[in-house]
Amino acid sequence: MTVPTDLDIRFREAATRSGMLDAGYDLVDSPIGPLLVAASGRGLLRISFDADIEQHLEWLSRVAGRSVLRAPRQIDGARRELDEYFEGRRHAFDLSVDLREVTPFTERVLHELARIPFGETTTYAELAARAGSPKAARAVGMTMNRNRIPIVLPCHRVIGANGSLVGYAGGLDRKVALLTLEGVLL
Amino acid sequence: MMSTVAIPPFEIFYAEHNSEVLGLLRRKVGRDRADDAFQETFLRALRAYDRLEHGEHLRTWVLTIASHVAIDVHRRTKPTSEMPEIPHEDTRPAYEDLGELTDGLPAKERAAVVLRYGYDLTYDQIATALDSSPDAARQAASSGVRRLRKEARP
Repeated sequence: MTVPTDLDIRFREAATRSGMLDAGYDLVDSPIGPLLVAASGRGLLRISFDADIEQHLEWLSRVAGRSVLRAPRQIDGARRELDEYFEGRRHAFDLSVDLREVTPFTERVLHELARIPFGETTTYAELAARAGSPKAARAVGMTMNRNRIPIVLPCHRVIGANGSLVGYAGGLDRKVALLTLEGVLL
Repeated sequence: MMSTVAIPPFEIFYAEHNSEVLGLLRRKVGRDRADDAFQETFLRALRAYDRLEHGEHLRTWVLTIASHVAIDVHRRTKPTSEMPEIPHEDTRPAYEDLGELTDGLPAKERAAVVLRYGYDLTYDQIATALDSSPDAARQAASSGVRRLRKEARP
């Protein structure tokens, strides 16, 4: 016997409303593939292009706590803003992020990253300078590579000094797609 | 010492046990009332989940919570004459180890004794499972044990 879908949905909604979840997650459809989106009560914890749940569950329960559940309501706000972004109707995200597991350096870099506007790009060195560590371009590159909340924290807007796209943890074709959506690339 | 069994993320725990819990509840309180009891069971489990100390006996733990929710449902709803008898042979007690021994105890005491001595839960956890207070859980367990001692005397 399997649990009827409506009953399953009801429980997941009640669990979300109860405020007892450490984190809730769901898949969000997008033009660049399904996104795994997870959030705690503090904000977004994870956006991933890898929709394989198992490994994310492990990470989420280690970072946020073991009460992790697929809970579509928990990420309703993020889903709406991502939909609007991909439809070209949203240029800035109004979502809080939960960066509890990152180092102070990473947090500084991500804070500056979040300020790069829609449709603009910057370089790794420039971002390092803005974060107060002008010599840390390489470390900034690593930070972009390990960005847990891509798209919302727009690491796709950071490119090489010579204008090359350099790389993207989600695959270079996705970086191209995002920069095309934002009108940076044709 | 036995190695500690890791506690899985709640999603895994829920997916693994939800159909068995629903089956148990349908047998115990009937189809109509099983849905609410199902939700209540897993909300109680979620409330206690952070405080679990190891991942052993999770199945028994959640079936015990479900059994107790079923008892609460019966208590809340005054039975009417039309209500069919719950077939006794169909109800599978979750407390397999201490089940027979504690069979004669009042429901709350039996649950407290089994959870405390069968599964080594703390009174805080038991309180959560039974939706009561740690003090009440301690009291229920100790009066259950007293009752068992009395019954064990020849």
